[in-house]
Amino acid sequence: MLTLKQTRRVHSALIGLIAWAIALLLFFPIFWMVLTSFKTEIDAFASPPQFIFHPTLDNYLHIQERSGYLRFAWNSITIALGSTVLGLLFAIPAAYSMAFHPTHRTKGTLLWMLSTKMLPPVGVLVPIYLLAKQFGLLDSRIALIVIYTLINLPIMVWMIYTYFKDIPRDILEAARMDGASTLQEIVRVLLPISKGGIASTVLLSLILCWNEAFWSLNLTSSQAAPLTALIASYSSPEGLFWAKLSAVSTLACAPIVIFGWISQKQLVRGLSFGAVK
Amino acid sequence: MADLKIRDLKKGFEGHAVIKGIDLDVNDREFVVFVGPSGCGKSTLLRLIAGLEEVTSGTISLDERDITDESPARRDLAMVFQTYALYPHMTVRKNMSFALDLAKVGKQEVESKVNEAARILELGPLLERKPKQLSGGQRQRVAIGRAIVRNPKIFLFDEPLSNLDAALRVQMRLELARLHKELKATMIYVTHDQVEAMTLADKVVVLSAGRIEQVGSPLELYHHPANLFVAGFIGTPKMGFLKGTISRADASGCEVELEAGCRIILPRAAEASAVGTPVTLGIRPEHIGVTDAGAGSFDVTADVSERLGSDTFCHVRTTSGEPLTIRIPGDFRDVYGECLGLTLDADRCHLFDAEGQAIRPLMRQAA
Ligand SMILES: Nc1ncnc2c1ncn2[C@@H]1O[C@H](COP(=O)(O)OP(=O)(O)OP(=O)(O)O)[C@@H](O)[C@H]1O
Ligand SMILES: [Mg+2]
Repeated sequence: MLTLKQTRRVHSALIGLIAWAIALLLFFPIFWMVLTSFKTEIDAFASPPQFIFHPTLDNYLHIQERSGYLRFAWNSITIALGSTVLGLLFAIPAAYSMAFHPTHRTKGTLLWMLSTKMLPPVGVLVPIYLLAKQFGLLDSRIALIVIYTLINLPIMVWMIYTYFKDIPRDILEAARMDGASTLQEIVRVLLPISKGGIASTVLLSLILCWNEAFWSLNLTSSQAAPLTALIASYSSPEGLFWAKLSAVSTLACAPIVIFGWISQKQLVRGLSFGAVK
Repeated sequence: MADLKIRDLKKGFEGHAVIKGIDLDVNDREFVVFVGPSGCGKSTLLRLIAGLEEVTSGTISLDERDITDESPARRDLAMVFQTYALYPHMTVRKNMSFALDLAKVGKQEVESKVNEAARILELGPLLERKPKQLSGGQRQRVAIGRAIVRNPKIFLFDEPLSNLDAALRVQMRLELARLHKELKATMIYVTHDQVEAMTLADKVVVLSAGRIEQVGSPLELYHHPANLFVAGFIGTPKMGFLKGTISRADASGCEVELEAGCRIILPRAAEASAVGTPVTLGIRPEHIGVTDAGAGSFDVTADVSERLGSDTFCHVRTTSGEPLTIRIPGDFRDVYGECLGLTLDADRCHLFDAEGQAIRPLMRQAA
């Protein structure tokens, strides 16, 4: 018979094992992608798959030579940042008004905003394409910035709204009594208090923009194409080159993974420091 | 100078009236306390004065200037909130200087004003701390400090002590009274604690369901409540009420027959036609005498007693079933279930008509 203590130990060992298995299962495709990116195309195709091989940087060199990775990366960065900043400019005032000056329509407005996310994007592809063409914005970063902002705005407003909701009104009213204008109230009191929430919203928006592939593929060709378009260009026209596809995917993922990893600590800190009272 | 005049002020939330027509003057250097039961609109009235809520109708003017539609920032009033509402991301010093910084006051002046407030409130050693590193009492002092540095025309307090423990509340109450004298400030203070109201106020405003029931000094309210509501609200333990009818009336006084089983002659002027009208007699616990059964004006059955050492609160029930509380100085034997006789001091009795309005006593002839 096992003692209670032993049973517990077996339990926690089992749970640990399962957790590890799931984590590995989730991580494996990424690991395989990175591994494949260092193989030659022949090794990449080998069956059964090889774990031991001669690593090579050829794929990465090829990508930089053929397409200029940095140009795509720069587009991704500017589009993601531009759209996030633009989104904040609309989301913060919107969330402020809904959280601190609600009317009987506020709840409905919030739900309506979210409901726009249920429309399949392809449903508005033609009108948006035509609009972009009309304004001469095809293959321009402006077009993507505006569209990404529109796509992410409901989520940004919702997120910031939930953070603002948790802030006692009294604090803002105190600022108002102290002589603050609405702008000063937001900039000097509200934003510093909710910086953790704003930071996670920014992070989410950056990730969503970075990973967006539908509109970037349909509205850009060369000038404004971000990394998602670069990946796509390796998958279709020249048949399947697993190793190069893996290399370009690794390159596309790496910045956002590193960014997320760095900001993680920042985020946790921001969130716990935001605690009021 | 700070003279606040409120005229026919009304406020409704989505058509539901909360403040139903308030007329009130707050004079310079006065300490005015709003009391009333929960939900009667005290906070709403204070927030209307502060400008945090828009009025539905009526006017508010400060020193002859109409501020009804002025933004809170430009009213020159400071408010201390129940939850303190300190800026959590700023140090104590920054919390206190925020308003001055916004007003672009010179660095040196800010420094000296903050230091002065810190001295008055003994916050000196805490100036560089963040609010969450402070105790409740210290936070409350910072919130008061934030108001002091602005030197506002009127200080507004919304139940500032209700989040503190009992001992600290007593201490802060004294500090507020001292502050009022020291700063020669005008203060409006909301509370539902009538001890705070009685001890702090120059003028108490008793509110009920969005209306003023009575305005007066604490002792005026205690000795001459204008109606049943004020009589029952002011004073702990509560005033006792006995139902009765006027049985005889003439110019020298009127006789009331109580359901509890006695007749008492009160110095009230009443028309002979008043005979037979129902009235309520009010008597404070400290104005009831206790004797043996049969020896007083009427008999009651004793319920439990609360012995506080200094006083004993003896709860009794009349033969007609009305509860009364008697305050007996010092210790008193446990009389649970016994029959006692009570005497009422006719000069100390309050009389209310069927509408609950007080019937004023006859003016005493000067001796
Ligand atoms: N923003 C609001 N919207 C709708 N109703 C409100 C609002 N603020 C207050 N009320 C209502 O107005 C009434 C008075 O509220 P108020 O806060 O002034 O009461 P109070 O006297 O301060 O009570 P308490 O002693 O509990 O603080 C309440 O019935 C409340 O429900
Ligand atoms: Mg209140």
